[in-house]
Amino acid sequence: MKSILGSMSIRSLIMSLIMIISSVIIHAAEVRVLNWQGYGTDEKWAVEAFTNKTGIEVVHDYFNSEQEMLTKLRTTPGYYDVVLINSAFTGQAQSEGLISAVDSSKIENFNDLSPGMGGNPNLVMNGKVYGVAWVWGVTSFAVDSTRFSNIPDSIEVLWDKKYAGKVSVRDDAVEAVQLTAIALGQDINNPSDLNAIKNKLMSLKSQVRTYWSSEDEWNQFFSADEFDLATYWSGSASRSKTAFKLPVEFVIPKEGAIGWLDGLSVATNAPNSSGAHKFIDWMIDPDFYVKWDTEVGAPASANAKANSMLPSSAFNRAVLGNPQKVSKVQFMGPMDDKIREEMLEIWQEVKASQ
Amino acid sequence: MIKSGINTVKGPLSLTAPTYLWLAFTVFLPLSAMFFFSFLNDAPFGNKDVSFSLENYEAIWNKQFYQILLLKSFRLGLEVTLLCFVIGFPCALILAKNIKGHWREAIFVLIILPFWSNALVRIFSWTMVLRGNGIIEVMLNWIFPGYGDFSFMFTYQAILIGLVHSYLPYMILTCYVSIQAIDDSILEAARVLGAGRFMILFKLIIPLSLPGIAAGSVLIFIPVVGSFMEPRILGGREGTFIGTIIEDQFTRVFNWPLGAALSFLMLFIILMIIILSNSLSKRLR
Repeated sequence: MKSILGSMSIRSLIMSLIMIISSVIIHAAEVRVLNWQGYGTDEKWAVEAFTNKTGIEVVHDYFNSEQEMLTKLRTTPGYYDVVLINSAFTGQAQSEGLISAVDSSKIENFNDLSPGMGGNPNLVMNGKVYGVAWVWGVTSFAVDSTRFSNIPDSIEVLWDKKYAGKVSVRDDAVEAVQLTAIALGQDINNPSDLNAIKNKLMSLKSQVRTYWSSEDEWNQFFSADEFDLATYWSGSASRSKTAFKLPVEFVIPKEGAIGWLDGLSVATNAPNSSGAHKFIDWMIDPDFYVKWDTEVGAPASANAKANSMLPSSAFNRAVLGNPQKVSKVQFMGPMDDKIREEMLEIWQEVKASQ
Repeated sequence: MIKSGINTVKGPLSLTAPTYLWLAFTVFLPLSAMFFFSFLNDAPFGNKDVSFSLENYEAIWNKQFYQILLLKSFRLGLEVTLLCFVIGFPCALILAKNIKGHWREAIFVLIILPFWSNALVRIFSWTMVLRGNGIIEVMLNWIFPGYGDFSFMFTYQAILIGLVHSYLPYMILTCYVSIQAIDDSILEAARVLGAGRFMILFKLIIPLSLPGIAAGSVLIFIPVVGSFMEPRILGGREGTFIGTIIEDQFTRVFNWPLGAALSFLMLFIILMIIILSNSLSKRLR
């Protein structure tokens, strides 16, 4: 009896040791990325190039809103390696202990980042880099170029009665309120008159056909002819045009647009921190970026060297690189929680109104 | 001889204990956690300080739009239940009384068939039928050339269609069970005594199948009031109901306490409705 038990327990001990070691090995050869879907990090050719170079597999998980990203980080700590965090939220993620400092010496391309972006105070706090500046772009609106003889230049076209019932807006409180703030000439991170914004949003509601919440949904509604114009992101508009061949024209109106800077961060207790650094290095590499923008469509790169390697007609170089066109762009920054809650309430009320 | 004391309790208890334990773990504990959350001021994840407060319930009391949304959702529930009854009860009646043999089983399978497919797939297939350039519009333009736009998408009616389609089988099945239990000889006796078809229907069949109708109504009303899938996908800008707002709190806004408070308020109102309707039906009998 004892010998049987003894041999059984040694056998089970060896089995469990093998399983533990193999799971550790499997973990070491894998990097887990949390990002928007179809946003560069999951490009098939990019992932293959990375795996061939480093031998590390890339596994993706996706989110549809910044709040969802924060929720995933909060409820599954120690699971993700690389997280894409909008620079307006990096400070919040850091103060909640969700991300750890990035060792910029491990990232070869770090010194090529434009100084305004790489050293942006939203990403670098207390002298430590918490987010590696990756891409930036603007949020404004895009139109169906087959429906407009002249591409509009003012954001007020969203309120134009001619397009009643043919407008779509993203179902996101902060984005809707900030775009309306731009239409009214207010500061997007600290609006001065939220009541005026609420009234303007109420009048927008009768223009709206439906809300969209992901790039995929936007493309589907566009192809099904549900709207003529809709709020959208610059990088996604470039993708809809280049990769999906849709007649989309992105507009930066004269009132300005919302600017955002996305950074790649390393989550706290990341299972594969060295792999995470290698992946981030590949993402800001000009070889990756130029192929991404020219073949698929992307926002502007925070790596000045990468941006300068684009063809001169590219949107990201011609428009976003043109200081006059982007002079009125207001960049998203960290917002007071109270202001964010008020924005949420305004949006709930607008959505619930009859 | 009737055994008394602990012996009469131990037998049933040992049989029901596993079920109660399971219900406790899978239903009672999560609901209690949510109930606890509804009294916090913020979701207790990460390194945040949370404290007890009634601000969520106060917000519902103070903000008029929550009340408007609750009414809107209850109205949706009533309309869907009524439509399911109007369509489902005649189906069940014919199935129980007129159709015999193999046809009955075949039609049964057809009624249950929607349950075999994923609910989300069903709703998306409705978008393909109802939208502009969808199946209905293309067919109408083919039959009547130059018909133009037929777009039912993103309207309240589209939500009704989607919900009735999803929940109709519940009403048909529960009504079928209770209509089947009506003894044919009662109906024959009424016919012999000279009762017309409608008198038999309203004075005999409907009152006798009331348990089935009530069961079906409850099975439909409660989920529909809290539904968020159909309103969100089919409703567009009209698709904001209490269910979608609660979903927003958990997935977009991360205000779990407010979502929990709204859910429990809804639960409370539904319980009140059921208790009231129960006592009302007892008094009518």
